[in-house]
Amino acid sequence: MATTDATRDALSFDLASDSVRELNQRLHDGSGGPVKVLNPGGKHAIAVGLDAPYEVEIDGHVGYYCAGMNKQATVRIRGNCGVGVAENMMSGTVIVEGSASQSAGATARGGLLVIHGDSSARCGISMKGADIVVQGSVGHLSAFMAQRGALLVCGDAGEALGDSLYEARLYVRGTVAGLGADCVEKEMREEHREQIADLLRRAGVDGVAASDFRRYGSARRLYNFHVDNLGSY
Amino acid sequence: MLCQLSDRGPDSAGVAFYREPAPAGSCKVSLHSPSLEPHWDGIGAELERVFGGASAPRVRASHATFVIAAEAEDAQAWLSEHHPELTLMSAGRTIEIFKEAGLPTEFVHRFALDGIDGSHALGHTRMATESRVTTEHSHPFSTGLDLCLVHNGSLSNHNRLRRSLTREGIRFRTDCDSEVAAGYLTWRLREGATLEQALEGCLEDLDGFYTFAVGTADGFAVLRDPIACKPAVMAETDEWVAMASEYRAIAVLPGAEDATTWEPEPGRVYSWGTAAVL
Repeated sequence: MATTDATRDALSFDLASDSVRELNQRLHDGSGGPVKVLNPGGKHAIAVGLDAPYEVEIDGHVGYYCAGMNKQATVRIRGNCGVGVAENMMSGTVIVEGSASQSAGATARGGLLVIHGDSSARCGISMKGADIVVQGSVGHLSAFMAQRGALLVCGDAGEALGDSLYEARLYVRGTVAGLGADCVEKEMREEHREQIADLLRRAGVDGVAASDFRRYGSARRLYNFHVDNLGSY
Repeated sequence: MLCQLSDRGPDSAGVAFYREPAPAGSCKVSLHSPSLEPHWDGIGAELERVFGGASAPRVRASHATFVIAAEAEDAQAWLSEHHPELTLMSAGRTIEIFKEAGLPTEFVHRFALDGIDGSHALGHTRMATESRVTTEHSHPFSTGLDLCLVHNGSLSNHNRLRRSLTREGIRFRTDCDSEVAAGYLTWRLREGATLEQALEGCLEDLDGFYTFAVGTADGFAVLRDPIACKPAVMAETDEWVAMASEYRAIAVLPGAEDATTWEPEPGRVYSWGTAAVL
């Protein structure tokens, strides 16, 4: 059962003995505050569906879909995470101190996802308004069909970045192995440098200059069916 | 580790252990018998008579291993001719494969895997998508002496590849797509490729989704297809190196929380042991 950690005044769950279902139900029933999760052991669906101003700290590596559908809460993962961290996040903040597996921030509509390590393939796939900051590098097909929001990568990006992109903004500091269909490099203007500086500040990433980034976005040639583009569909 | 991923693959389970090498000039075989009362002692006596030396059977549930004073090829040929009712699960000097249809947690108990030690091992839990659930369809698949393969994924060109490999003399026991990947590696290695070259050949010749783990006499190798739909996690400490579909399988290992943990990149061959220099 959950215990109250007197020194931190936090709800504390030990997933070596408490179930994930118990943890999530308790957080769905409550109204916010500090929460400590110990021994996550790579379990799936930890702290999903939160809708209150919690500050959740998870001590260790988590499995799939951690902090999925998050609203309002801040979830900090002191480790790596499996597939689909913060998938479909609506608001709030999710911080991964290690690296993330595939499809981090998939379809996320709002909030901020910060990954201090690397994020593998399909980071920000179909993102719809969230901001994602990756301090390391991202794998192939990142921001695939991304519709809105920003993906900021301080390291490198893999193949087919931004394939079939709609209106999300992509910023990459390192090299891009390849751009996907309809993704092009775009001019950096002052508003973009301001956005980068703001993302870096909110993510707590120091020592990186906004001017080091290149911007990528949609060429908008695949928005509507056009017979000339048949080869690209 | 198998129990952790039992829910990922509840149909069947299997393991390959690398342990207790047979003396030079001898080989070790793992056999499965479909019979409820297999005559392992009788088979051991026959092997002793024919080859002039064979260990007593070491029986583990429906399987038994023998150390035989013969080259592996000769022992295999004799067994398939004289005991076609038995399935040869593995052959080599160190490998022992055990596998069976059924829930992995029960498999671990029935085969008393807790009590086995060895230098390294591969395990697999199966949720069949392409072919039937039987012991023969279970993983690992032997890919040659002291070699085996486990697969997560599905191959789409396995029927065509099986036909062409069959023409090359590779034998298949099942219609399982994963066995074709194993047969492909067997063929490439037979033709003189290194393990690394054979795995790189998979990137060209296999169509579909896969994460492979391949066991070798003193190491193992990992390959993910370039699209990387199928997961993999690696972890390494000063004491051990491990690979699994998910971290929760690794989390049960001693010192896992302090291990260096990462996701292998798609389309890149990773190897440990002399697999690295084969």
